[in-house]
Amino acid sequence: MDFISILSIFVLACFVGYYVVWSVTPALHTPLMAVTNAISSVIIVGALIASAEANSPIAKYLGLFGVVLAAINIFGGFAVTERMLAMYKKKEK
Amino acid sequence: MTFSILSAAAHGGGVPAWAMLAYLAAGVFFILALRGLSSPATSRAGNRNGMIGMAIALVTTLVTHDIANIVEIAIALAIGGAIGVVVARRIAMTQMPELVAGFHSLVGLAAVVVGFGAWLDPQSFGIVDAAGQILAVSRIELGLGIAIGAITFSGSVIAFMKLSGRMSGSPIMLPGRHVINLGTLAAILGLIALYTVSPQGAAGEGWMVIAVAILAFIIGFLLIIPIGGADMPVVVSMLNSYSGWAAAAMGFTLGNTAMIITGALVGSSGAILSYIMCRAMNRSFISVIAGGFGADAGAGGGGGAREQRPYKQGSAEDAAYMLEQAEKVIIIPGYGMAVAQAQHALREMGDKLKEKGVEVKYAIHPVAGRMPGHMNVLLAEASVPYDEVFELEDINSEFAQCDVAFIIGANDVVNPAAKTDKSSPIYGMPVFDVDKAKQVFFIKRSMGGVGYAGVDNDVFYMNQTVMLLADAKKMVEEIVKSLD
Repeated sequence: MDFISILSIFVLACFVGYYVVWSVTPALHTPLMAVTNAISSVIIVGALIASAEANSPIAKYLGLFGVVLAAINIFGGFAVTERMLAMYKKKEK
Repeated sequence: MTFSILSAAAHGGGVPAWAMLAYLAAGVFFILALRGLSSPATSRAGNRNGMIGMAIALVTTLVTHDIANIVEIAIALAIGGAIGVVVARRIAMTQMPELVAGFHSLVGLAAVVVGFGAWLDPQSFGIVDAAGQILAVSRIELGLGIAIGAITFSGSVIAFMKLSGRMSGSPIMLPGRHVINLGTLAAILGLIALYTVSPQGAAGEGWMVIAVAILAFIIGFLLIIPIGGADMPVVVSMLNSYSGWAAAAMGFTLGNTAMIITGALVGSSGAILSYIMCRAMNRSFISVIAGGFGADAGAGGGGGAREQRPYKQGSAEDAAYMLEQAEKVIIIPGYGMAVAQAQHALREMGDKLKEKGVEVKYAIHPVAGRMPGHMNVLLAEASVPYDEVFELEDINSEFAQCDVAFIIGANDVVNPAAKTDKSSPIYGMPVFDVDKAKQVFFIKRSMGGVGYAGVDNDVFYMNQTVMLLADAKKMVEEIVKSLD
């Protein structure tokens, strides 16, 4: 993809983010932070590429280290979000 | 400009079309994940969408790349996953702010690691031109990605230490820090520019990238140390935003839509939360970042400038008696409730009162606690139904009709000085109109301490106020006993 296409996606995604995040209820701002943590760890894609294509041994081990870091976030982030969301209950009536 | 979907030339070279579509799908699932958070009822489905998006991104990457060392990758994933799940299960809800700060630091460090990986092995990342040189635009993206990642990392480590009490929450002010910070920032940008124009393999080329990382680590540290505990909700939101921009920068390097969409979502999420937090304190983002708020709270409070004013002190029995006589009670929890772990006892008190026919509502200020939404999670943990919990704008008009305002561990957010005293550091901050309630109970450890802003609170001395001076949890437990 050329730079302009990528930039277009980025700019439009910023607008999507703006509107989606404003619609998040303030009661769920903490889970919002936890889940954004988890999804921003999609950076693991880069770490996987660095570790999978071992043209450089240092890059490979850096990549594996990156995979560990991002995996902590992905699993931890989704798990803790799930745990929090499970606690939000409506009044029993 | 030629564009072919089947042969992505510069960025992400060799990624097949179906994989690009898969990454786009992952990005859409991430949007749905945040969309689900618009209501607690849809939030869990949203979280599942996030997991699906992540699984798509992971599998696509593994399938489209040469995975000779799949075992090592599986081990790395297993180690990280196990740590993540164990931490997520064990963490106490009161510790959420520090957990989130810790997670931010990992995203930042991962961005730095990926940036260096791309720099060492540019072929695999598809960011080289025909001559094997890293493209100029990719150099800028790499430099920025590493810099933002490093700032996120060191800034979040400091935030983590302040939030977990491993480091004092009071601001640490270096002389001339604005000059140091701006100078460091200029040096980082200058080095990235220099790196962009210098030929590959030129003398010192590698050192430029390493220097960018080191300087960015330093500036992240310098940015957060002067910011005090009360401003932590803004800091945590801001670092949330940075972690998003770091992911976006790496997405540009890889030409990966999933990463770019996520980066933009997370970046705007953090930015909006920072804005909401600043608005709720009536402070500008710049003044928070400049730091130092609450620095002289300790010095000013003990100086004897504050006159001794008469106040009423009550017991748990008094409070219980008044509470059960009331028709409507509004409870205002603050960070002190979290510190005392009083949320479960508080919910018991609420239940007892509801059994006696009292209407009970909870009122939450946007900056209550140490991160956005912190109080809501603590109340949810104590099984308070979310439809009894209200935001500032939604409930503030009801104080005039309520019999008892019950303040537990909050202070600045009920201070009327914010409405009347132009010289007050919290002037202009939206606050709860507790002075309109018929009766106010104010749980506080002692009369000595003041809020984070370091200002006295007229609510203590009002005619209708009764101070309950004790540990919040013990006091509420005694009230619960007296209600039997």
